[in-house]
Parts: sequence; structure tokens; C-alpha cells
Amino acid sequence: MRDLLAIRDNDSLLARANPLSKLAAVVLPTFALALSIDWVSAGVALALCLAVFPLAGMTFRLLWQRGWPLILAAAVGGLSTAAVGQDSGAVLLATPLWDVTEGSLGVGAAMALRGLAIALPALLMMSCTDPTDLADALAQRARLPHRFVLGTLAALRLVGLMVEQWQILGLARRARGVGAQGGPLHRLRALLGQSFGLLVQSIRLASRLAVTMEARGFGGAERTWARPSRFSALDAGVLAGGVLLAAASVGAAVAAGTWNVVWMQ
Amino acid sequence: MATAGPRGAARGGAAPGGAAPGGAAGQVRAGRVSASRVRPAEVVAEGWTWQHAGRDAPAVGDLTLRIEPGERVLVLGPSGAGKSTFLHALAGVLGDDDEAHEGGRLAVDGGQPRERRGRVGLMQQDPETQVILGRLGDDVAFGAENLAVPREEIWERVRAALDDVGLGHLPLDHPTASLSGGQKQRLALAGILAMRPGLILLDEPTANLDPAGVLEVRDAVVRTAAASGATLVVVEHRVAVWRDCVDRIVVLAPGSAGHAGGVLLDGAPDDVLAGARELLARAGVWVPGVVPAVRPRRNAPNLAGSPLNDAGSPLNDAGSRPYDAGSPPAGHLLLSAHRVGVSRERATRRRAPVPVLTGVDAEVRAGEALAVTGPNGAGKSTFALTLAGLLAPVEGRVEAAAALAGADPSAGLRAVGPVPHAWRAEDLVPRIGTVFQEPEHQFVTSTVRDELRFAPRQLGRGLGRVDELAERLRLVHLMDANPYTLSGGEKRRLSVATVLAASPRVLILDEPTFGQDATTWAELASFLTELLDEGTAVVSVTHDVEFTRALGGRRLALGSPAAPAIVDVGPVRSTSTDPQPTIPRGEAT
Repeated sequence: MRDLLAIRDNDSLLARANPLSKLAAVVLPTFALALSIDWVSAGVALALCLAVFPLAGMTFRLLWQRGWPLILAAAVGGLSTAAVGQDSGAVLLATPLWDVTEGSLGVGAAMALRGLAIALPALLMMSCTDPTDLADALAQRARLPHRFVLGTLAALRLVGLMVEQWQILGLARRARGVGAQGGPLHRLRALLGQSFGLLVQSIRLASRLAVTMEARGFGGAERTWARPSRFSALDAGVLAGGVLLAAASVGAAVAAGTWNVVWMQ
Repeated sequence: MATAGPRGAARGGAAPGGAAPGGAAGQVRAGRVSASRVRPAEVVAEGWTWQHAGRDAPAVGDLTLRIEPGERVLVLGPSGAGKSTFLHALAGVLGDDDEAHEGGRLAVDGGQPRERRGRVGLMQQDPETQVILGRLGDDVAFGAENLAVPREEIWERVRAALDDVGLGHLPLDHPTASLSGGQKQRLALAGILAMRPGLILLDEPTANLDPAGVLEVRDAVVRTAAASGATLVVVEHRVAVWRDCVDRIVVLAPGSAGHAGGVLLDGAPDDVLAGARELLARAGVWVPGVVPAVRPRRNAPNLAGSPLNDAGSPLNDAGSRPYDAGSPPAGHLLLSAHRVGVSRERATRRRAPVPVLTGVDAEVRAGEALAVTGPNGAGKSTFALTLAGLLAPVEGRVEAAAALAGADPSAGLRAVGPVPHAWRAEDLVPRIGTVFQEPEHQFVTSTVRDELRFAPRQLGRGLGRVDELAERLRLVHLMDANPYTLSGGEKRRLSVATVLAASPRVLILDEPTFGQDATTWAELASFLTELLDEGTAVVSVTHDVEFTRALGGRRLALGSPAAPAIVDVGPVRSTSTDPQPTIPRGEAT
């Protein structure tokens, strides 16, 4: 699971920042972007985010490997908005069912850009943040309950095991003659059965892991932290970067006259 | 620098072993142990009984036992004797089940085990769930953190513990996911040692490991227990691994309704083993030097110099004739692998997966056993799944001979192509049956009866075979039970029976004897020799030398991941005492 998002042996500048400041730097522009659907604010945020890539040890190749579902989702969202969105301006493409107009194309592009501009910073943050360090920061700095934070962290590790279990279950059930054959109803039943099998196995894994954690003294009120979660000058920079990113994108949109708050339409 | 990386923290911390007698600061080498002496814990059970909620009989009944501080004890007993329940209770993790019934007294250092957390460390069987965090050092530190050990001391302990279990050469940020099973268990031991417990509990710590992993973990346990002086309680099926490392053996009797369990035998290892060899063997305990009696093969083909090896012999030619009546006679080729490369990854359009194993040749013949052996990670299971038609080979080919793929009207089988992976499920199941390592993975219904009837129903066959199998594998009294609620041995017997209900001609088993007690082991081996005599081909992936010997036939030894190409085929010598007999077979065809 950790290799799904975090880049292994990442020694970039942002990898050394505190996860909490990175989280704040991501959340701030996200809120700003959520306010308005316009292509300027989203475009500026996206461009600045791409410019920060090298600081997080991220490359376009890695971005595509980790983020392709998000990128595809943004593209699909944009295209469908362009097709069925509110029409205005010249008709660019007419079909019996829907038209693509200048207006709907603009909204579609803004939607796609906004999707990317919200998703990429989060992806960027996870790629240079070890989940354990994030948990440390959340528990020590943000004062979230450590039982909850560490429990979630341990459960995260099981997700990778679940993927493996799913594959084995599929093979084991084919060996019993339950396969991906037959009609859709048949397949659906097979899928439900396999999901039930996975559920049982995940409960077993989780309860064994819980015993392991309990036997290591987990759950007590007092606890020390082997890894101190500290803030440094770098974190001030990261936070300032987040503020700057939000301000730049909102400022550019207001200046360009495209700022368009969602609930004031 | 926001988060002090574990590497930096360790470097800044005191030298490992600083607390060790003699202060072997920073000089710890593999094999030398620096663990601090701890105050060993004392265990006392007085008429202790535990009954899980909703059960008729106690898991542990009327147990009276005293373990002195610093003693090293091996706990034995048949499955169902409550060994794991006992260890979980000592570790204080038995759960706050209101409806469970507890009687008598169980004390660690004179108090409730639940209040002694940190004094007790527990290692379980499954390596995957012994790892908690993603980085090596963090995982070892976890227990010490929970006990509120000061930060500087934590890293000192982590370093020392990793050195003690022989993982000190790895960086502290080494990903735990990339460790082998044996390494994961040693990591768990390090995490326990870092808590400096007075009582170390091991619940079948080596049951899921290959022979090399077993010794690696055992040696680490023995070394560190000796150095720290902690009390050690081990539950294991296999006595031979532990007998020389413990002071005492305690044998528990199974508790059943109307009959309290308690301690059956208790004493020095040699005394217990000498006095109660027979008794232990009957109770399903693996006693050194005693191989449970297995029904011998009656019509085993003579492999050495048999006509099977001579190209052009009548037996080989027969494989190409259309085959249409009953089971093929012994020696008929059913299934073969030609220069096969295997991987669990599926090929995508852009790239083929990297095989974990390449160039394997193998032949599966009617009435012949084939044992696939090799270290963990060699790709044995993946190869077996490929042979079974469940995975497609990455390279080379798996081919079903006409005797297997041809039509058989008596069994209602239509002719199919020679590639098992391309068969539909209903064509595969009556030809090649696969029993997975974890029986639960194959349960598809909610009662034992439905499990057994599943395949015959799907194939439109009668249910006569079901009763026969239930009788033969002692499942009759369990027919209405939910498969998930059975014991380990019962689940194993059921998983074999469900696959055999389709009457496959090739039976493939993945580690069928893992974690089984001697009784289930002998039943399974005897049943398989019967199947072999009836002409079924049996392929087993196994580390179990005795099992391989009991079935006879041939052995396919796969190499280590470092040298995967080493493939060695030879007949298993049934009388030899050589643990890994290999006689190269002249011209493997």
C-alpha cells in the first residue's frame, strides 16, 4: 500500500517537511478552488502545482503511474460537462442528443482543470509522505487520539494483503468450479460469494493483527513516541507556499474576471 | 528536518547493547547476544478453566500448573487441547467476552495477566499479521512506545533487539513488506524483546515456515531467551525442533464435555518422551523418531528402471490413443509441463510478467505421486497452480494428455483441448482438483453437506460419492456444521473431500500437512495412498519429507530464488534415511 502512493527512498526537499504542514498547504488551495468553477483559478493552481513537482521528487511518469485513475476521471468529468452542460455561445458540435457550445466547453474545461488542481496536490503530498510519519504528525502535533491514528495506520498495511487475498480467492474458487462464466446474474453471484470470502479473511487478518498489537501493549493511556514530529523553518516555507498558491489562483481569477462563486450563480 | 528519521535517531542514540553485561558497546556481531537480563516472570494456574461463549465444552479445563521464573517450557497436546487459548490468556489478550466463562485462577507474577501487559510478549503463527508498521525500526519500537519507554532508550533497545535476532545488518527504514516469513517472525521477536518482557510466549511460531526458516527462528528464540533469562513458553506440534532447547515438556489433555482436560504429563523432555511416546503419538503429537503409520501403497509402480523411462515403450505410446473407459491404468501420462515459466501476475498487453521460476519440466502420471519441493519463494505454489490450469504459464506450455483431456462417457465428460488453463470450470473440476493451502479460501457454501454436494450437483452427477467421502474422511457427524467453524484438521479433511467429490484424475495439494497434528497427517497420507492405488495422480507441494516418503513416487526439487533454474527430478526412496534423496532420472522425457 505504501508503495502505491509514497515514492520509496524519496529524499526530496518536501519529503523532509512535516506531513502536517504539507497537509495544510494542500487543504488551503483546495478550499479556495472548491469555491469557484472557472478555468483561470484552476489553471493557475495546476500550473503552480506542476512547478513544485521536482521539490517533491515527482516526475510525470510517476504521476501517471499513480494518478491515472484521477486524471482519467477529471477528463471524463470535463468531457461530459462539455456535452451536457448549460449551453451558451456558438454551437461547436451538434448531435441529436446534446450540443457542445462555447459556453459548455468552457465549463467542461474548467471542471476538468479544477478536478486535476484539487487531486494533484493531494497526490503530490502523499508521494513525498510516509504514512507512518503522517500518523506521527497527526497524533503528536494535531493531537488526534493515538489509538485511532495508529489503528488506521496498521489497517492501511492490510489493504495490500487484501489485494493478494482477492487473487488467491479467485483461483481457489475456480478450483471449486465457481468461475467467471455464465450469464451476468451468475457472475454477480460468484462475485458476491468471493466478496464474502474476502470479508471473512479480512476479519481474520484484522483480528490477528489486533491481538498482535494488544500483546505489544497497544491501547494504554500513556505512550511515548520514538519519532518526534517536529516543525522547522522548512514548514513555514511550505505553509507560505500553500497560502501563496491559494492567493495566486484566486487573485488571478478575480483579476481576469472569471471568479465565479458556486452558490452565487 | 521535521521528523527525526529512524536512521538519524539510532545514530544519535546510545550504542546498542549499552545495557548488556560487560557493555559490548557497538561491537555486537551476529550470533552474539546483547539482550539485557530481565526479571523472569512466574506463571501459576490453579484449576483454571476457560469456556468460550456459546461452546458446550471448555477450551481449557481445570488446568493446574506452575512455571518457575526463567523456565523454558514446551506445551504439547492434540488440537483442541486449548494450547492457544492458554497462551492468549497469559498474554492478556483473550478478549473481554462477557459470556465467556472463566474459573479458577491464572496468574503472572501473582496478578491478573491483563494487568501485566508489557511483562508478557506473544508471537503468533502467521508472519503476515505479526508485522504492524511499514519500516523495520518503527515496527520494533512499537511495543516499547506503548509501554512509554523514554525515546532515547527506545532506539537503544531497537538496535539491540535487531542485532539479537540477526536483523541488525538491515537499515532501520528497511520496508517490512520485503522480509521473508522467517525474517518477519524474527522481526516480531525483536519487537517483543524491545519490550523487555519477563515472559515470552510463542504460539506455533514456525508452523508457516520452510525448514530453513524454522531453524532460523528457533535459534534466534533460544539465543535471546538464554541471554535475557526470560521465562519461555512454546506451543508447537513438532517436538523435535524444540526438545533440546527446553527444560520441561507439559502435555495438555483435550477438555471435552464431562471430562476436564488439565495436564496429562509434565516433566523433563527426555522423561516425558521416553515414558509417553506411545501416548503422545496417539494424542496426535509429533514425537521425534516416530512417523505415524501410513497405509502403504499396494500397487506402486517400480520407478527405478521402470519402462516409464524408456522412450517408445508401450505405456508412453498409449498416451496418444483415444481413451474412453474408467480411470487410466497406472503409469499413463496425464499432464505434462514443458519448459514452463510461472508468475502470479497476469500478462498485460504492454508487458509479460517476470516469471518467478522458469524452465520447469514435469510429468504427472496416473497412480503416481509427484512431490514438488524447494525453499520458500522458489515458486512451488505458483508452479502447482499453473499445472492445475488455474494460472496461465508465462512461457512454455502445460499440456493435458489424451488420457486426461479425452471424452469419458462413463463419467459424463466431453473431450476438451490440451490446454487446462483454457478449460471451462466444469471441464476442469472433474479432471484436475486443487486443494489450496488455506481450506477457508475454498469454502463456497454454508454447511459441510452443501460443500460436499457442490461439485456433484454442478456436474449433474449422483450424490453417492458424497456419503462415501464423508464416511471415509470422518465428516459424517459434522454434516450440518458451518465449514468456517470446524477445527484445523476438520477443515483440511473437508477441503480434500470437496475437491475429490468431483472425482478428479489429478489431485494437486498445496502444503496439505502444514500445521496438522500427527493424527490428521496419518489419515491424510493413508487416504492419498488409497487414491494413488486407484489410479489418481497426486501432486503435492510440500516441505514435509516424511509425507513425501509416505506417498513415494517422484520428487521435483525447485531451486532457491537465487538459482531458480536448478530442477532435479528423481524417485523418492521409501526406505532411505537421507532427508532429501535425489537420484537423477536418466532421460526425462
